[in-house]
Amino acid sequence: MAGLELLSDQGYRVDGRRAGELRKIQARMGVFAQADGSAYIEQGNTKALAVVYGPHEIRGSRARALPDRALVNCQYSSATFSTGERKRRTHGDRKSCEMGLQLRQTFEAAILTQLHPRSQIDIYVQVLQADGGTYAACVNAATLAVLDAGIPMRDFVCACSAGFVDGTALADLSHVEEAAGGPQLALALLPASGQIALLEMDARLHEDHLEQVLEAAARAARDVHTLLDRVVRQHVKEASILLGD
Amino acid sequence: MAMEMRLPVPRKPVSESLGRETKKHLVVPGDTITTDTGFMRGHGTYMGEEKLIASVAGPVERVNKLICVKALKTRYNGEVGDIVVGRITEVQQKRWKVETNSRLDSVLLLSSMNLPGGELAEVQAVFSDGAVSLHTRSLKYGKVPPSLVKRQKTHFHDLPCGASVILGNNGFIWIYPTPEHKEEDAGGFIANLEPVSLADREVISRLRNCIVSLVTQRMLLYDTSILYCYEASLPHQIKDILKPEVMEEIVMETRQRLLEQEG
Repeated sequence: MAGLELLSDQGYRVDGRRAGELRKIQARMGVFAQADGSAYIEQGNTKALAVVYGPHEIRGSRARALPDRALVNCQYSSATFSTGERKRRTHGDRKSCEMGLQLRQTFEAAILTQLHPRSQIDIYVQVLQADGGTYAACVNAATLAVLDAGIPMRDFVCACSAGFVDGTALADLSHVEEAAGGPQLALALLPASGQIALLEMDARLHEDHLEQVLEAAARAARDVHTLLDRVVRQHVKEASILLGD
Repeated sequence: MAMEMRLPVPRKPVSESLGRETKKHLVVPGDTITTDTGFMRGHGTYMGEEKLIASVAGPVERVNKLICVKALKTRYNGEVGDIVVGRITEVQQKRWKVETNSRLDSVLLLSSMNLPGGELAEVQAVFSDGAVSLHTRSLKYGKVPPSLVKRQKTHFHDLPCGASVILGNNGFIWIYPTPEHKEEDAGGFIANLEPVSLADREVISRLRNCIVSLVTQRMLLYDTSILYCYEASLPHQIKDILKPEVMEEIVMETRQRLLEQEG
């Protein structure tokens, strides 16, 4: 696209970042008192809110209960004011369903569901402002919310997006970079063991470059983990001080 | 209807001086607790390739050979002898399903209930609404995190201010006006449908706001802490108790009185 270079000759991106640099991340746990767990995260201008209820009795059809593990139910929702143009989204449209399914796959891999048979864990994520990397922000917010609810997890789930421009892999894409049409990949990682919870890409990328892009996404996800780890530790420390004994 | 709006203010970080001296080992999921295989694993941990790994975020507790991690917030896990407050959600043939803020709904068998005219076992739980109505409509039950209810000998408290409180171990709290006649037969129940007086209702609302402020400041709930908080809140109007600065002031006073009382 004429006039918009995603990566300048000196190695700077549109917003001034380097190729492997993440946007500023701020997060908070326990934002809602009524829910079992909740969290809010800002990754650059992308803002996401996650709320967790559970584990609790399965509502509705009792037949869906799994005898040996918990059912994880994820719902994704995007606010009408989250994108540049106000767009009214119906519940259950294609994108929301797909995101919900991806989130469910991600968290079924991370939550120790065997510990809560015949119960249900609900994860609701809402995107308040979408500026690229919405899946990653949702996963990160949901991880903090699940931790806030005290639901046992194998490890953190940290996610980040990555793209490929001019032979260089870019980490944590913003909306401008996503809209440019290049290949983009979303990766959700369990940092301690290095296992991949979910890897998603729907674009054309030469297999020679896959390794490089995957590596950039993994490194960025680990950086996200460092930040989230700090947030959780601070929160736990404050809570245990207030609780006293 | 009066409305009040205020702009957001930055949160004040919790000062370290409030905490006791003991340094706890805090872990987050994915952290290795120990590589020593001699320990037994308790709640909040799991075994992964020769290491004991944490699965929740919280302080590590070690009791002899048992290691567990206590999560800050969990749903209620029942134990024998606990008092719980619940709400009936479903009525089945021989039993009722009770919602008690735990992982699954609790079950109450009709055969263990004491209905008027029956000679069966004593009621083990307190109900609200549903077919068995113990007190009048104006009573409130609110939910607090179960970890904030202190374990004590008795959970039924008659506070001198004229109301009674039942602190369920599951985090549900039932506030009601103290019944005047206490000589009722043990194990029965009286359907008391008189309207509650305004004075009693004020006491109940004040108590409820006090409990809410104790919870936001994450203090343990037991009869003494609730009572001190109630007394500290008397100079303020009931609806002012929920304002952040008033809340802090009241809870700070309560904390001090409790510390003085201890030693």
